[in-house]
Amino acid sequence: MKLLTVSGSPHYHAKESVSSLMYGVIFSLIPAMLVSFYFFGLPAILITLTAVVSCMFFEFIIQKYLIKGPVTIFDGSAIITGVLLAFNVPANLPLGLMVIGSAVAIGMGKMTFGGLGKNPFNPALVGRVFLMISFPVQMTTYPKPTAFTTQLTDVVTGPTPLTALKDGVTQGVPVSEIMTQLPEYGRLLIGNMGGSAGEISAIAIILGGIYMVIKKIISWHIPVTFIGSAAIFAALFWLINPEVYPDPVFQLLTGGLMLGAIYMATDYTTSPMAPWGMIIFGVGCGLLTMIIRFFGAYPEGVAFSILIMNAFVPLINRGFKPKRFGEEVKNG
Amino acid sequence: MNELFNEITVLSVVSLGAIGGVAAIVLFLVAQKFKVIEDPRIDEVEELLPGANCGGCGLAGCRALAEAIVKAESLDGFSCPPGGSEVMQDIGKAMGWEAGESTPMIAVLRCNGSREFAPPKVKYEGAMTCAFAHNLFAGEGGCPFGCLGCGDCVEACDFDAMYMDKNTNLPVILDDKCVACQACVKECPRNIIEMRKKGKKNRRIFVSCINEEKGGVARKSCKVACIGCGKCLKECKFDAITLENNLAYIDYEKCTLCRKCPPVCPTNAIHELNFPVRKKKVEKEATTE
Amino acid sequence: MGGVHPPENKLAEKQTIERLDPPKSVAIPLAQHLGVPAEPVVARGDQVKTGQRIAKGEAFISAHIHSSVSGKVKKVDAVVDASGYRKKAIIIDVEGDEWEEGIELDEGLQKQCDLDAKEIMTKVQEAGIVGMGGATFPSHVKLNVPKGKKAEYLIINGVECEPCLTADHRLMMEKGEEIMVGIELQMKALGVKQAIIGIEQNKPDAIQHLTRLAADYDGISVQALEVKYPQGAEKQLIKALINREVPSGKLPIEVGCVVHNVGTAFAVYEAVQKNKPLIERVVTVSGTSVKKPSNFMARIGTPVSALIEAAGGLPEDTGKVINGGPMMGKALNDLEVPVTKGTSGILIFTENESPRPPEQNCIRCARCLTICPMGLEPYLLAQLAEKQRLEECEDERIMDCMECGSCLYICPSAKPLLDHIRVGKTRVGKMIRERSG
Repeated sequence: MKLLTVSGSPHYHAKESVSSLMYGVIFSLIPAMLVSFYFFGLPAILITLTAVVSCMFFEFIIQKYLIKGPVTIFDGSAIITGVLLAFNVPANLPLGLMVIGSAVAIGMGKMTFGGLGKNPFNPALVGRVFLMISFPVQMTTYPKPTAFTTQLTDVVTGPTPLTALKDGVTQGVPVSEIMTQLPEYGRLLIGNMGGSAGEISAIAIILGGIYMVIKKIISWHIPVTFIGSAAIFAALFWLINPEVYPDPVFQLLTGGLMLGAIYMATDYTTSPMAPWGMIIFGVGCGLLTMIIRFFGAYPEGVAFSILIMNAFVPLINRGFKPKRFGEEVKNG
Repeated sequence: MNELFNEITVLSVVSLGAIGGVAAIVLFLVAQKFKVIEDPRIDEVEELLPGANCGGCGLAGCRALAEAIVKAESLDGFSCPPGGSEVMQDIGKAMGWEAGESTPMIAVLRCNGSREFAPPKVKYEGAMTCAFAHNLFAGEGGCPFGCLGCGDCVEACDFDAMYMDKNTNLPVILDDKCVACQACVKECPRNIIEMRKKGKKNRRIFVSCINEEKGGVARKSCKVACIGCGKCLKECKFDAITLENNLAYIDYEKCTLCRKCPPVCPTNAIHELNFPVRKKKVEKEATTE
Repeated sequence: MGGVHPPENKLAEKQTIERLDPPKSVAIPLAQHLGVPAEPVVARGDQVKTGQRIAKGEAFISAHIHSSVSGKVKKVDAVVDASGYRKKAIIIDVEGDEWEEGIELDEGLQKQCDLDAKEIMTKVQEAGIVGMGGATFPSHVKLNVPKGKKAEYLIINGVECEPCLTADHRLMMEKGEEIMVGIELQMKALGVKQAIIGIEQNKPDAIQHLTRLAADYDGISVQALEVKYPQGAEKQLIKALINREVPSGKLPIEVGCVVHNVGTAFAVYEAVQKNKPLIERVVTVSGTSVKKPSNFMARIGTPVSALIEAAGGLPEDTGKVINGGPMMGKALNDLEVPVTKGTSGILIFTENESPRPPEQNCIRCARCLTICPMGLEPYLLAQLAEKQRLEECEDERIMDCMECGSCLYICPSAKPLLDHIRVGKTRVGKMIRERSG
């Protein structure tokens, strides 16, 4: 007989593992992916593939030859970074840039700090912001959504609703007038609008989010408070001056807010641990997003707001502890 | 040319200069106000110490030792294990104090329960830390006194003087790197590592076992355990060996390194290090330097 | 708050308790309870009878130990016990089964009891009863309410939230009446008017059975509880039953509660009504590979191997044998370990079930923190403990950890969180003791 094993309790272990959680997230991303493929066609597929493959490639290279440690490219985390990075750029971004972005996301955003679980900032967003600042033209040339038949070569480009709004408002055009030019809410919900590859369809992303909450992959705290606080903040401004500030529904359905709230802000490593910490984090993200959208130079602020809040996570973790058992004595 | 000296340039140079000046004055005043007057000798002594902050002297690092030395104005009772008496002599010379001779010490592992001699009876799984394994069970070999082999001592060593031997699953102490800081001694949950006199030419004789169980029980888990038979006791002419709780112990102050006791030990529990190879019987692991 | 749902695997749920014959030889450890080990009062060569006191625990927190068999004391020597270390035990060679006088052996139910609180307490102490749930805290100490405190509720733990174990469940089904009388006796000893039995909803038969019986007893009620681990932990049970939180570092008596296991209630009944000391207990032997998962009434000191033999023998592919439940039990080094007062089960894991999943980087998913029943941050405590930052460990309330194992169970990275926390607890405990001198 083989030797008996001796270990500390517990002797049971839940079936969940890091990779099962990661693949759960990837599974929940499928609807958003399909919508993106439908509206942006082949370029969307190519950009997603490029991002995933190059993220895994860079992780492999770094783990194998730089760190000389175990290679864990199949745990799913690099795939998620790749998919999310692809979702955050225009579908017609040159593939070379995508590779650079992946290198930055994995190399600078993740592996520099020691790999999975050690990075303070969301790697996909690090990659996105890097591309945004380094290649502003390519990063803001959004293809118009069309059917799947579009050829790679002659992509029609157009502004995203948020860019159109920003441009209009800065030129002094009232919001109501700009709105007439923009797609109606039903189209926004489905995702028939200009924008980054994967962020367009609010409904698909919400579906994925609901799946993840049911499967307990993420908790509701961050998405709900992120979206909620953004909505409340937007509503306040809308009530004050509807001619300059659009209504909250428009704010929620456009840009990367849904994708950010459900997929980027909820990244395990870069979000707080305790429930109250998550709530503070979500509210902070929501408010910052709206502040950037209203007063910043960029039309969109989700990426920056999440990165800024990422920086506060260690502090939030310190300040907001879970409720200890036996802390308040209730007799009843 | 004129553009260089336009109004904006001048203004910024002047204003930045002014700010800098004010800041410098503030800094100077604050530095004066909060100046801590410290004995300059502390710095001098610290300079002479190795700067490893190992805590081997029993104080919280080299600075603390320097402070303590200067405060006491003498070197009595202070020692720097990594630096040895050399460093203390240097300090004594610099400060003009008498520095006593200190015996060089070294860490010694008093367990030889390798995979071969104490074969694993169970498999351990969990956090690789002796502190936990010690709480959990007697050890893979089954000896409740023996080395657990998780390497907490190696982890504690700041001088790279230890490593885990993969084959024996025991730590190995490197004579030339060990500075006798006692970090491993404090870390070992079973107090297996002892500080002993380094000995002439690095030669040491010691009982490599601390098992206090009865001979038969100890033998059951480990072939090279001290069984407390007392043979070495009879062999020793210098009263250096004592037997207590079924365990022999060699007093390094009294031991003359005569090499009489190792051959009589029936379980080969007495180790001699760095001696020339015996002529007749081939002895075990004379660690070559 | 918190809690996990490990697979229940209660394979021996329907197996009636089977009485095991005394083995050829028993080893009765002197430390079967929390506190000071008992002092032997017999010596080598002495003849002892079943139920005779063989070691006395005179210290404030200690318990007497009785012989579980009749025969001759072979020696008082160290044997390997469940802790993995050799501890002192009295080894007795069995000769026949002759019981000490005064112990009633008939199984008839005896409800009537004219003893007063003090006498009941003395009898409990005399019988060497300890907490049968696994913590093995001497029961008479718990029954003795400290001055200035008042017990309002007696809480009876029939939760058995540990997977696999069915010992308490079977006891409730088969010895329900006796348990009721035992509870009544404990209520009398404590001077409380109300007793609540907490049972998890996955044991509907036990809930029904005891509810029916409780109707005949004043002040005893049964409450069904949500199935989750660790529902049966003292503090969690009080919270679930009467919604009071025991403050950190305090005992249940702080909120007017005394918690006892159903097994303890049964032992109290036997001690007071039948004069029978605690010399046997129900032990579940189970596991997916076990031929005959069973519940045995085994004598204290019976080697584990004898129990496994009675359950169909040790399977070929055994990888781990656990003393206790899968969440808090101890893996055994040696199968000759004796059954003690705290042994609620012997579980056999196959080679495939034994290993932990490979350890990975912590991804900070916050699962450990979400499920921690004490509201702690296991990931942080483990890190701090590993770095030996003991003051911070204490500030983060490491001593509140009850080592339920939920964090390690749920961790997707399979970090040995609890291993490190345990080390931290030991070190912080030492630090606190040193500080207070």
